[in-house]
Amino acid sequence: MALSKQTLVHMFETMNRIRMFEQKLQEFFAAGEIPGFVHLYLGEEAVATGACAALTDKDMITSTHRGHGHLLAKGGDLKLMMAEIFGRQTGYCKGKGGSMHIADLDLGILGANGIVGGGGPLAVGAALAAKYKKTDHVALCFFGDGASNQGTTQESLNMASAWKLPLVFVNENNGYGISCPQCKSMAVVDIADRAAAYDMPGVVVDGNDVLAVFEAVTEAVKRARKGEGPSLVECKTYRWRGHFEGDACTYRCVDELEEWMAKDPLPRFESKLLESKTLSEKEVESIKARIGQEVEEAVRYAQESPLPPTSALMDDVYA
Amino acid sequence: MAEKTYLQALNEALRLEMERDENVFIMGEDVGQFGGCFGVTQGLFDEFGEERVIDTPITESAILGAAAGAAASGLRPVAELMFVDFIGVSMDQLFNQAAKMRFMFGGKATVPMTLRMPQGAGIGAAAQHSQSLEAWFMHIPGLKVVIPSTPYDAKGLLISAIRDDNPVVFLEHKLLYGVSGEVPDESYTIEIGKGEIKREGADVTIVATSQMVYTALEAAEKLKAEGIEAEVVDPRCLQPLDKDLIIESVKKTNALVIAHEAVQFAGPGAEIAAIVADEAIEYLDAPIKRVGAPFCPVPFSPPLEQFYIPGVENIVSAVKSIR
Ligand SMILES: Cc1ncc(C[n+]2csc(CCOP(=O)(O)OP(=O)(O)O)c2C)c(N)n1
Repeated sequence: MALSKQTLVHMFETMNRIRMFEQKLQEFFAAGEIPGFVHLYLGEEAVATGACAALTDKDMITSTHRGHGHLLAKGGDLKLMMAEIFGRQTGYCKGKGGSMHIADLDLGILGANGIVGGGGPLAVGAALAAKYKKTDHVALCFFGDGASNQGTTQESLNMASAWKLPLVFVNENNGYGISCPQCKSMAVVDIADRAAAYDMPGVVVDGNDVLAVFEAVTEAVKRARKGEGPSLVECKTYRWRGHFEGDACTYRCVDELEEWMAKDPLPRFESKLLESKTLSEKEVESIKARIGQEVEEAVRYAQESPLPPTSALMDDVYA
Repeated sequence: MAEKTYLQALNEALRLEMERDENVFIMGEDVGQFGGCFGVTQGLFDEFGEERVIDTPITESAILGAAAGAAASGLRPVAELMFVDFIGVSMDQLFNQAAKMRFMFGGKATVPMTLRMPQGAGIGAAAQHSQSLEAWFMHIPGLKVVIPSTPYDAKGLLISAIRDDNPVVFLEHKLLYGVSGEVPDESYTIEIGKGEIKREGADVTIVATSQMVYTALEAAEKLKAEGIEAEVVDPRCLQPLDKDLIIESVKKTNALVIAHEAVQFAGPGAEIAAIVADEAIEYLDAPIKRVGAPFCPVPFSPPLEQFYIPGVENIVSAVKSIR
């Protein structure tokens, strides 16, 4: 696929934005400035970036507890996200949702989700709405290998296929559901194989190769927009950090982590862009510097924002 | 007696019961080597092996259904859900299968399963990981609902729950795991359905459960400074409910405040208030007051979350409004 420079640069920026945003979160969580749970996406940036680059603003996504990458790739505002994760009133959810519940319906983000497997049925609903209203929008459901075992996920695959909904299931297979390795939770090696049970295409891609993800998801989106129904794209990747910040992560071996860190999706893509002369060293540096600044500003915005007043507690329980 | 945490007490109960009865086994997400989301099953995998401490896929429905099926087939499963909030995914297997099997089958099935779940707010875990859902379980005939506040109670009640021939919903509060108290090393049971007076007093009865027992005890100290002696009653189980203990206390104090962390509207306090109104209204010389969470989901941001959780002041002012 011949891609425009604009698309390539956009993907490069997105991956770096996710990386730097998450590294900041890691730092601030360790410093005790972030309440609750933080599940980092470090190492998996290529999946969200490649997948969302295949979508328009009008397309909907459903996300997971590990949602920061998905939301940023879909265009989420750094400041509003940071403020929400810090529990501030100026955040995306006025401080009521936190890391696991950020949404931006205007950007087609139907929410991160604290319930594993919670997103599938919501994505079915979004795809159903698109079909019902005869828009040509699609829905995309991000879900983990662990989530793939939930009834909700299997029910969604079935319903989407039976109704030929414009839906793309993007499985992020990072090999673990918290401490549980894939081999202990399912008999199949490729989650994409399960697509056959629902009579939809299922493909496996290198989830650390942003272009491979982009191409596979673009194919699936095309199919969905043409009314040909859902697809399942399995992206093999790895999370660098523990399940959540604070997880000692003693359940996997160091070699495995090192192996995957050597397959870091960022330098891989960067050297491709440099080799093809899409970007110069200088441009790369200036992009990174700019994003670094954006992230710093987001942190400052969050830190300077007020905490929500207790008088706001009962707001938004009902419309 | 040794000082142990609530978490250690639960762990000990599981170990002792697994040693005693080979039909007892544990299943749940990350309960094995990882030791459970909050560490309750720590060490049991090494001691009893993967056949008796089973890591499951993330499939709450199948976990609960499998527990019910295994229980009806002669085993004594202790299933864990990481957070009570995830019960939504598996509701049918608990409510329509486990809870109803015995009755529907004319007494032919016995379903001796225990379902352990942490609940409650206070760790910034937001709306989908912080609820107190005991009212849901109390409402379903066929289930027993245990909600211990102290390490001593936690151990004795968990042992009883495992030995009970019914599905028992065992609700732990995540903020209690670190609380310590005296716990004997040996095995002992506490009868399911028997409450305990945690503090004697003559002026007002405060019925409190789980984490709210400590809030009530603190409130009682404050009230004492003002000359009001509160009696704190911990029913320890909501189904069956020790209504005799509550009514006895009300007969003595003639006033009742009920405190829990669940949402106040249609919460456990509503049932307790109704029972006392039905059966002992003549002993009350003031209206019954309830202290519970406001009618909204649990918020994320710390100041909102703290404001959401009923506190000492809420109980103190409820008492003062009637005393
Ligand atoms: C219904 C439900 N069950 C359990 C959990 C606890 N939990 C949170 S994340 C997680 C693991 C999810 O694994 P996976 O879907 O592979 O996503 P990953 O964390 O690897 O990105 C679990 C068990 C939950 N949040 N919701």
